[in-house]
Amino acid sequence: MEAEAAKYIGAGIATIGMGGAGVGVGIIFGNYLSGALRNPAAAASQFSNLIFGFAVTEALGIFSLLVALLLLFVL
Amino acid sequence: MATTDPISQFNIYTLFSFGTVGADENGANGVELVFTNSALFMVLAVTFTAGYLILSTRGRGLVPSRVQLVSEILYEFIANMVRSSAGNEGMKFFPFVFTIFTFILITNMLGMYPYFFTVAAQLIVTVALALLVMTIVVVYGVKKNGFGFLKLFVPSGVPVPVLFLVVPIEILSFLSRPLSLSLRLFGNMLAGHIVIKVFAGFVVMLTGMGAFGIVGAILPLGMTVALTGLEFLVSGLQAFVFTILTCVYLNDAINPGH
Repeated sequence: MEAEAAKYIGAGIATIGMGGAGVGVGIIFGNYLSGALRNPAAAASQFSNLIFGFAVTEALGIFSLLVALLLLFVL
Repeated sequence: MATTDPISQFNIYTLFSFGTVGADENGANGVELVFTNSALFMVLAVTFTAGYLILSTRGRGLVPSRVQLVSEILYEFIANMVRSSAGNEGMKFFPFVFTIFTFILITNMLGMYPYFFTVAAQLIVTVALALLVMTIVVVYGVKKNGFGFLKLFVPSGVPVPVLFLVVPIEILSFLSRPLSLSLRLFGNMLAGHIVIKVFAGFVVMLTGMGAFGIVGAILPLGMTVALTGLEFLVSGLQAFVFTILTCVYLNDAINPGH
């Protein structure tokens, strides 16, 4: 296989990792929503925790995107 | 094709040069000081922010005018964020946190304008911001707590055998903070802007295919509009995320035991 072709296949495979981050972000927002509907009064105070968890989870997806971008444009 | 591919919007080019400094007698090894488009948009953002805040609060009206109200809401928003996540002692870092937030927010929003340059989509800019935050956290933490700052890596209430597992994980998580802090902002801005331009490219490709293509181009055009809206959300959200993580890390420096 040519190195160029392997690079593109590798970039495609690397983006699969973003699916895991998608699942994680979905769980975070879903659980926040179900908690917020059970106790709307406490929802506003947990908003910054929500964003914090979202940011930490999303970073892992961004890492795999970065691997794909490195393969496509740098290496 | 060089100017229409989705990645070329991030090219940095020289606007004007200040000349070369530090060159030896052969004129080699010098560093050329140049004013780039990246620097231009940073200067624009700082000028806009400083100008707006100074001009809008000049009247100091007891009943704030509309422009003054925007400044006050911004101030209250950041002040509440710092107080709730870093405590009253964290308020001494308020000017720093406020600067970080407004800089990222205004540069991101400027980047949303067509043909404008997105400063935060450059890894060097976000790494510089993240290293600045982490340097302040480490320096202030060590200055305030001395060796007590190392309590950050030893969670309280954990049995001693488990500590052998937890402490390396805590150290690793601390070391990856500047990495994740910078890559999150960089990755979000880069990816969002690339996706918008890729869908905009579909519109151009389809309209080149005749009447049937022009009708089909409505779909990617709608997608481009929707993604632009999403990107506005992401711009604000990432500025907020960067700021709240800064506050959380500053809280670690102020109260290391957790």
